[in-house]
Amino acid sequence: MTSQVNEVLLRSLTPSVLGILVRRGADFAAAEDAVQDALVEAVRVWPAGPPRDPKGWLVTVAWRRFLDAARADAARRRREDLVDEEPAPGPAPAVDDTLQLYFLCAHPSLTPASAVALTLRAVGGLTTRQIAQAYLVPEATMAQRISRAKRTVSGVRFDQPGDVATVLRVLYLVFNEGYSGDVDLAAEAIRLTRQLAAAIDHPEVAGLLALMLLHHARRATRTTPDGSLVPLAEQDRGRWDTKSITEGVEILQAALARDRLGEFQAQAAIAALHADAPTAEETDWVQIVEWYDELARLTDSPVVRLNRAVAVGEADGPRAGLAALAALDASLPRHAAVAAYLHERDGDLVTAARLYAEAAHKAPNLAERDHLTRQAARLNARRCR
Amino acid sequence: MAKYLLLKHYRGAPAAVNDVPMDRWTPEEIAAHMRYMRDFAARLEGTGEFVDSQALAPEGTFVRYDGAGRPPVTDGPFAETKDLIAGWMVIDVDSYERAIELAGELSAAPGAGGEPIHEWLEVRPFLTAPPTITQ
Repeated sequence: MTSQVNEVLLRSLTPSVLGILVRRGADFAAAEDAVQDALVEAVRVWPAGPPRDPKGWLVTVAWRRFLDAARADAARRRREDLVDEEPAPGPAPAVDDTLQLYFLCAHPSLTPASAVALTLRAVGGLTTRQIAQAYLVPEATMAQRISRAKRTVSGVRFDQPGDVATVLRVLYLVFNEGYSGDVDLAAEAIRLTRQLAAAIDHPEVAGLLALMLLHHARRATRTTPDGSLVPLAEQDRGRWDTKSITEGVEILQAALARDRLGEFQAQAAIAALHADAPTAEETDWVQIVEWYDELARLTDSPVVRLNRAVAVGEADGPRAGLAALAALDASLPRHAAVAAYLHERDGDLVTAARLYAEAAHKAPNLAERDHLTRQAARLNARRCR
Repeated sequence: MAKYLLLKHYRGAPAAVNDVPMDRWTPEEIAAHMRYMRDFAARLEGTGEFVDSQALAPEGTFVRYDGAGRPPVTDGPFAETKDLIAGWMVIDVDSYERAIELAGELSAAPGAGGEPIHEWLEVRPFLTAPPTITQ
C-alpha cells in the first residue's frame, strides 16, 4: 500500500533546503537543479517509506545530487582545474535563507516573466512542466526562461538583503495573471505570500496577503459555471468564503495599525469594505472613495483614478462619476467600459449601449469581451422593445 | 507577459520591399531563408519567448453547416480572396515593444539576392485570461 505524498508540504520545504545548499557553497543554479531532483525523488520513494525528518532527507539527497553533478561537470572539463568538491563553510546567515531566495528570484535584473518563473520553481518547488502549463508555453521555452534567469542572478551575492517591493510585485503577478491548469496559481501565490509573511515582518507583505485572501474569498462567485463573469454587485455574497475574509481583515487591521500605509494595504482596505457589505447597496462607497484617494496619492496610477471614478459614481451619483472620468485619458484600458456603466446609471441608454460595444471591441480578455457584449445587447434589446 | 501572433500573409499585406516570388530565388537563397527562420525560432526558444510556429498551405476550403442530417456545404478555394494567411509565429514576451522588435527581425529574413525581404508582418495580441483583481 502506498500513500500520496503531501506535495504542498513537500514543496514548502523547498526554499530552506535550497538555502542550506547555497550556504554550504553550492552555486545557486546547480543547487536549484539538485533540489528539484530531490523533490522528484521524494515523490517517488516517500509513499513507500516516509522519512522521519523530511527536510534532513531532502538536504542529504539534494547535496548528493549536487556533488554528483559537480563531479560529472569536472570530468567534462578535464583540462581545467577540478572544482573543489568539499563544501566551503558558508557565511553565517545574517538574513533568513527563505527570504534571501525570494529576493534573489525577484531580483531587479530579471524581467517580470523570468522572475515569476524562477520564483515558482526555486521558492515554490513547482516543476518546469507545471509552470509551462500555467503560462501556456512549451516546456522547452519555460526551461530556457528559467535557466537564463538563473544565469542572470548567478553573480548576485546571497547574503545581501533585497527590496521587498520587487518581491511583492512578482507575487501579485502570480496571483493575478496566468491560466488555471494543473496548478492553482492563486492558491500558490497565497501560500508563497504567507511563507514570506512568516519570514519578514513588513506591513505591505501583510497588506498583499490580506488583498489576496479577500479576493480569493469571492472566487467561486466571480464566474458562472459556463465561465461568464459576474459583476461584484450581482455576486452571491452568501457563497463568499467567510473564513478567508475574516483572516484577510484581521491581517489587514494589524498591518494598518502600524501606520505605514502602502498600496497593497490600501487596495486590501477597499476589498475589505466590499467584503464587509451584506448587500451591494449597503457598500460604504464614501469610504471606498477615500481609500482610492489614498491609493492615487501612493501610486499615481491612472488605473486607480479610473476605478475611483466608478466609486465616485456610486457615492455621489453617476454625473459626479462622469465628471471624474472626464479628467482622464480616454485611451486608458477599460475607460469605455466605465463610461458605459456610468451613462447607463445616468439613464442615457443609447450612449451606454454604444460605449459597451466599443468597450467589448477593446477588451483585453475573452470573458470581459463577452460580458461587455452582453451588456450592449441587453440595452439594445430594451430600446427596441 | 503577453502572447502575440506574428502573422505572415500570402496576400492581403502591403507589398514587401524585396518583392520577388520565392520560385524565382536561387536554391541557395531559399536555403538561406529557411535557415534564418529556423535560427530565429531556435533563438526565441533560447530566450524563453517562443510558443509556436506553423505554416499553412495556400489553398483552403470554405465550409458551412447546411441543416440537420445534411452534409456540410463546401466551396472554394476562391482565387479572388483578398487576404490569405501563409503562417504564423506565436511569441510570449514582456511588452508590445518587444513584440514589434521581434516582428521587425523576422521581416528581415533574406530573400532574392540574399537581401532582406522587408515583408509586412501583422502583429496581433492574444486575448488573455481575466485578472482576479480588477477594482
